Amino acid sequence: MAEIRLKSLAHSYKSKPTSPDDYAIREMNHVWHQGGAYALLGPSGCGKSTLLNIISGLLSPSNGEVLFDGKKVNDIPPEERNIAQVFQFPVVYDSMTVFDNLAFPLRNMRMPEDKVHSRVIEIAAVLELSDLLKNKAKNLTADEKQKVSMGRGLVRSDVSAILFDEPLTVIDPHLKWKLRRKLKQIHEQFNITMVYVTHDQLEASTFADKIAVMYGGQIVQFGTPRELFEKPNHAFVGYFIGSPGMNLIEAKKSKGGVIFNNTFVPLNPDMQALLDPITSSNIKIGIRPEFIHVCDDKAEGGFECDVLHTEDLGTYKIITMKLDGEVLKVRIHEDRIVPTKKAYICFPDQWLKVYVDEYLIDIEEPEDEVKEPV
Amino acid sequence: MSLVLDNINHTVNGDSFLSNINLTLDSGSFNVLLGRTLAGKTTLMRLIAGLDKPTNGKIILHGKDLTGVKVQERNVSMVYQQFVNYPNLTVRENIASPLRIAKVKDSEIAKRVQETAAILQIEPFLDRYPLELSGGQQQRTSMARALVKDASIILFDEPLVNLDYKLREELRAELRGLFKERNAIAIYATTEPHEAMALGGNTTLLHEGRVIQTGAATHIYRHPDTMEAASLYSEPAINLIKGRVTDSQVSLEDSVHFPLDAELKGLPNGEYVFGVLPSHIGLAPNNDDDLELNMTVELAEISGSETYMHMHNEHFELIVQLNGIHDYHTEALVNVYLPTHKLFVFDLNGKTIQVPSSAQKGSA
Repeated sequence: MAEIRLKSLAHSYKSKPTSPDDYAIREMNHVWHQGGAYALLGPSGCGKSTLLNIISGLLSPSNGEVLFDGKKVNDIPPEERNIAQVFQFPVVYDSMTVFDNLAFPLRNMRMPEDKVHSRVIEIAAVLELSDLLKNKAKNLTADEKQKVSMGRGLVRSDVSAILFDEPLTVIDPHLKWKLRRKLKQIHEQFNITMVYVTHDQLEASTFADKIAVMYGGQIVQFGTPRELFEKPNHAFVGYFIGSPGMNLIEAKKSKGGVIFNNTFVPLNPDMQALLDPITSSNIKIGIRPEFIHVCDDKAEGGFECDVLHTEDLGTYKIITMKLDGEVLKVRIHEDRIVPTKKAYICFPDQWLKVYVDEYLIDIEEPEDEVKEPV
Repeated sequence: MSLVLDNINHTVNGDSFLSNINLTLDSGSFNVLLGRTLAGKTTLMRLIAGLDKPTNGKIILHGKDLTGVKVQERNVSMVYQQFVNYPNLTVRENIASPLRIAKVKDSEIAKRVQETAAILQIEPFLDRYPLELSGGQQQRTSMARALVKDASIILFDEPLVNLDYKLREELRAELRGLFKERNAIAIYATTEPHEAMALGGNTTLLHEGRVIQTGAATHIYRHPDTMEAASLYSEPAINLIKGRVTDSQVSLEDSVHFPLDAELKGLPNGEYVFGVLPSHIGLAPNNDDDLELNMTVELAEISGSETYMHMHNEHFELIVQLNGIHDYHTEALVNVYLPTHKLFVFDLNGKTIQVPSSAQKGSA
């Protein structure tokens, strides 16, 4: 059982890094609490694999500390860190039976054979592999093999954390959800810290209670799936979460709100007050396609847009609009009538976000006031 | 001008990979082949490319029989799942390679490479080597190589499957734009109904080597000919529940009963399979005739902006697609509302009897 703490951690693959750009991981402090279900989500090249390798011990960080339950492990080799890793491609011994595969880590630890037997039987039952114990691993399907890989991590009672690196890549699409369910059940049953590394928002949000979104070597938000969707803390999170992502428009401060091109967007007084002392010129407004309101007619505070085209995706439609030279995506329900040529849209106050230097500026509000999306 | 597949059959070592494929694809059209793994998409593309010869049937391009013509003599480009590039050539030379083989003049090559690289936004990388690029840039390079020559047929075999979903979104949008101006026949294979709809165009639904249905992207979604088509063309797949119609009511799995409403009252007594799309079921009633069901949650899958809930009761399973984020623990109890006026009805042979009238309204 373990809490994993990263203290002033940074890593550069260069021997003499000179600028922040030389760092694959920029200085960060982060805690994965004991027993949590976490995801590390980001695009390729964001530094998530580097971070994973630092935690597992395959890579030694150039700066800072990795602490397991408060104890520095920087110099402890991977095999002594009591961390199990499940990779993209299942790691199983094809020539061995499923039973022997699961027993392998225990026999390595010289556990008595009767204990090995009972532990393997127990883990196989959890993973629904009991009927396959006598089969050779090479005849298994990809999802069965991946379950065996997981099982080899779970059998060891000394394992304090399991790291998953895109574990469902090779699984047939229609079987993925069953394995996701299995993973969640295992987490609920075993009270082990689990960190799931992926570039896929569905994998991350389904598995994890809390997601760390990585971008450019930094964790730009650590939040629940709901927070990432409803309150992206960084413009990149807005863009990366959701399909299509958040609409982001560069704007300037103006009395009572912001302005882009010739369009004035009013902001509520609280937001104005927050924006008032800001001197940065990097200001963006952001709103998700789901939250833009399409009005039937020119309404108070509505903006007139040109409708460029509509994608019909069955359950919903994505309309691409142009508002004063800026392209916006708007998502509407399949039963809604699609406007042609012209449309009027509104930005509901609750869902209009302002980003300064890419980070959200926000009024603190109690969690329970966050409303359901419409 | 068109590509005609005339009664194609393909058998390898006694196993049938394609049977009775008849399709006509017009010049300048964007065509999507949608099907799961082993549906026959790649086999069909290889036959069109000339990499394999069909066991029976003809491939006719612009009136000319191509069936026996070698791959080198067909004017075809193909983009694969894996990023296939020459690692020892720069991006520029990779893109230029088909033109060099065709002995195009150097000045013309330089011009066309530049134009194609601009369209695919890889101009800054022209003098780098493929392995120095990200996955998305590598795949753009292979696409550029396919697009640089004026091929009559361009084949895409799941080209985006190995990329991040964000990159997929972007490249997919660009791809459609690329073909607007071309007179080529584009054929794009995918396993994802969502991708087929996002790409639009003409869709051919393939399953186990057979054509299940052809039509405009959303037409198949709203007007499936069969239960199989409905199932293959929805994602998550349409919920299918067995039911019986008696004089005044419908019974689903002998457990849930509701009166025959205006939508269903034309149905003769008998046994049916009822289908309801995951997105049509909600957590709150929308209509007076919505059916309340008590379900147990198996898993709430969260896509970032949507939630797919897998659930069951003692009689049947359901998948429900919801907007926004809804976290439910496994085994949570939940009430859902099924709109009886949005049911698809199939007979026991899987043939469509009727689709909801709301679907007809929304159809293109």
